[in-house]
Order: sequence, then structure tokens, then C-alpha cells
Amino acid sequence: MNLSSFIDVFHAWPSLLNGLVMTVMLTLVSSFLGVVLGTLCAWGSLKGPKAVRWFIRGYVEFFRNTPFLGQIFFIFFGLPALGLRLDPVTAALVALTINLTAYACEIIRAGIEATPAGQFEAASSLGLKPAQAFFLVIIPPAFQRVWPAMTSQLVIILLASALCSQISVAELSYEANMIASRTFRNFEAYIVVTLIYLGLAVLFREMLTWVGRRFVYGEFATGAQR
Amino acid sequence: MSNLASSAALAQASPSSAPSGHAIELVGVNKWYGEFHVLKDINLKVHRGERIVICGPSGSGKSTMIRCINRLEEHQQGTIIVDGIELTNDLKRIDEIRREVGMCFQHFNLFPHLTILENLTLAPIWVRKMPKKEADELAMHFLTKVKIPEQAHKYPGQLSGGQQQRVAIARALCMKPKILLFDEPTSALDPEMVKEVLETMVSLAEEGMTMLCVTHEMGFARQVANRVIFMDAGQIIEMNEPEPFFSNPQHERTRLFLSQILGH
Repeated sequence: MNLSSFIDVFHAWPSLLNGLVMTVMLTLVSSFLGVVLGTLCAWGSLKGPKAVRWFIRGYVEFFRNTPFLGQIFFIFFGLPALGLRLDPVTAALVALTINLTAYACEIIRAGIEATPAGQFEAASSLGLKPAQAFFLVIIPPAFQRVWPAMTSQLVIILLASALCSQISVAELSYEANMIASRTFRNFEAYIVVTLIYLGLAVLFREMLTWVGRRFVYGEFATGAQR
Repeated sequence: MSNLASSAALAQASPSSAPSGHAIELVGVNKWYGEFHVLKDINLKVHRGERIVICGPSGSGKSTMIRCINRLEEHQQGTIIVDGIELTNDLKRIDEIRREVGMCFQHFNLFPHLTILENLTLAPIWVRKMPKKEADELAMHFLTKVKIPEQAHKYPGQLSGGQQQRVAIARALCMKPKILLFDEPTSALDPEMVKEVLETMVSLAEEGMTMLCVTHEMGFARQVANRVIFMDAGQIIEMNEPEPFFSNPQHERTRLFLSQILGH
């Protein structure tokens, strides 16, 4: 093996680029949906009727304690038996979103539970409805508290998207498999893709840190430090 | 004025939801936390514009009682009528009552992620559906009233405790409540900040606001209260005008309590 053995891999850059775009799309869409749905689930698990609370608890337990590969296989290969046939990309998005929602729900719930009860009482005493109190008063500081944990979870989802290659979604890992089997340059293909993942993960983390500073912490964080 | 308030004699009101002449009526109110009987047969009528100070040892139920008035706590027995509206499980009624009843808390409970101005305008905008510009003007009016308009664009964490409590009072006032509840508003403050908060409360009292205040600031009670209530073990033990309440308490427990808090 020498540097020239990487040439075959670099020649396949259009495939790598397509894979990269797919990985980024899967990550961004499932991250957005997972955080939004996780927030709603956190609300439901704390403030919803008993049946909703139990349902969400069961859902979270199930998806946090089973392997993601099993979940994605069930959604892609298992659901057609129940009459629901999804194309690979949709199945991957559904699997990533459902998985992330379960984790996000727990992370956000922890942030909400760390919020002093007085915040909700103050909002209630001002006449805000429970949903208004939740989204205007409780959620912003709760997000501030858990944003570092949420950032880690979103990076995990980026890396977990590699498993979507197993249902033939043409993302980065899938393209690596293709290049490796076509060129027999296994080492080179996987090291290049692994380094791309590393770069992506670091970039994504930095982006989420920026999002945190810009939208989650806001001026409040700098204000509180003064 | 009756000295003994735990008797049903104080509860002359009929438990209906018809508009009454009182700002608040509590008739035979009981509440339990599990087995613990936290409010025992509470009967109290508060006239419009009246200022009532409630004192008593911790765990006596005084905070629980005022928190029942805006349904932060649910009572299990008896009737609570606020501004002519009977408090039931009906969410509309609870909303209606909360719109008329402001509350200030021991720990201020300002929203840390919002500026002072946003803290004040949140409820007018979302509950009263007031346009933002109008809400801002209203907020600045009340911030000026509590003498901290210059803090409008800061965050709660940047203010002193006394300033935060004054913001909390201004926030409650922005909803233009008919009744204000205070739950130990000065207990979490450094001594030098107590005065500025009490001055704000005195000025509200002078304007005729109906106020129920759980506090151990007996100077404030003497100065502004129409009646002082002493509670112990979930009961109203004694209720009287400040002068006879302090100079001639009728109950041994009241005497003991007053000697303890006035003695140091």
C-alpha cells in the first residue's frame, strides 16, 4: 500500500460527494424532527394524561433499549408485512427520527425537571395556559441546561446514520462499501470515509455550538455571566 | 371585628357563584396533603381594597391558603369565591380568576431567559392579547412605578434581589389585577433590600389594591394592614385589626409567636 493506492478511492469522489450529501440530509432532517418531537414527547411525558405518559414512557424505554440496527431493519423489512412499505430513504429518516426522539425526550425531560417549580407557578399565576407556559417559560431555560447533552446526541445520530447503508440508502458508508467492493481498496476506502465522518462530526458539533450560542443561550448567557 | 376566626361564624356567605361584595371569600375550606390536614375549616372574607397580613409559624398553612386562592393548590372541601367567581375544576374559571389575581413569590420567579421588559410584557401579550407596543408602554409605566425603568433591558440575573422582587411586583401589575397575593415577598432578601420592596407594597396599598400578604414584617402589618391573621396548624387562630392584634392578642399561641418574632 502506498499513497497511489488511494487514487482509486479519490477517483470515486462523485459517489463520495453524493453519499456525503445524503448523510448530511439524513442527519439534518432527523435532528430537526427528533428535537421537535422529543420536545413534544417531553411535554406529554410530564404534563399529558396518564395514558399519554405511559405510552411515551413505553416508547422511550423500547427505543433506548433496543439496537438501532434492529429498529431500522424492522421499519424497512418488517413493516411491509403489516402493509406499510417505505422506500429506503424514508425508512431511514423514520428510523433515525424515532430513535432520536426517544433520546431527545429524555434529555429535554431532564432539563425540564431541573427547572424550579416556581417558574411554572409564576407563569400559571400570570394566566398563561399550560402549553404557553411550557413553550414560552419552561422550554427555553431547559434547552439551555441540556444543550451540551443534546449536541452529543445529535452527533451520535450523525454517526448512526452509517447504519442506514444496511437498507441500501446511498449515504457515505454505502458509497464506501461500493468503492471498496469495486476497487478492492478496503483499507483506503474505509479510512477515507472514516476521516470524512470525523470531519463531519467535528463540523456538526461546532455548528451546534454556534446554534446554541445564537439561538439557545442568547444574550441571557452573556448577561448571566456579567 | 372578630378575634376568633376559626369558627363558622365568620362564614356568612352563601356558597354560590353569584357576584358578591367581597373580593375573596373562603368558606369552610379544607385541604389535605395525603394524610396531612394542611388547611382546617378556613373561613375568611376579604373586602375590596382590604389589606390583610397573614403570619404564623412555618408549616401553618398560610402560604397554602393564599395559593389556593389562585389555584396553585387545589382545595378539597369548602368554597372559594374570587371576585364573584367560584373556584372549581372548570379551567375557564381558573383562567378568569388568574387574570384578576396577581401573585408575588418569595423567590421572585422571574423568567431568567427573558429581559426585564419581556418578563413584564409576556402575559399582557399572550394572555390579554395586547399589541407589543402597548405592552411595552405598560411595562415601562410599571417599571417606572417601582423605580427601576433603567433596568428594562437587563436580565433578572443582573439585578439585586430587591430589584428582582420589584420587577416581580411590576410584572403582576401589568396584568392589572384586582387582587394581589404576596407569598413572603421579603423573606429571601438581604435586610437592606427589604425596605425598597416594602415601600413599593405600601404605595400599592395606598392606591387601594386588595392585598393578601404572607409576611413576618410586622412593621408593614402595623402600617398598612386592615387586619392581621395568625395561623397555626392549618387553622386561623386569630384575626384582628393591627392595633389590638399586637397589643392585646387573645390567644396564647399568638402571644407566643409574637413574642418570638418581635423579641429578637
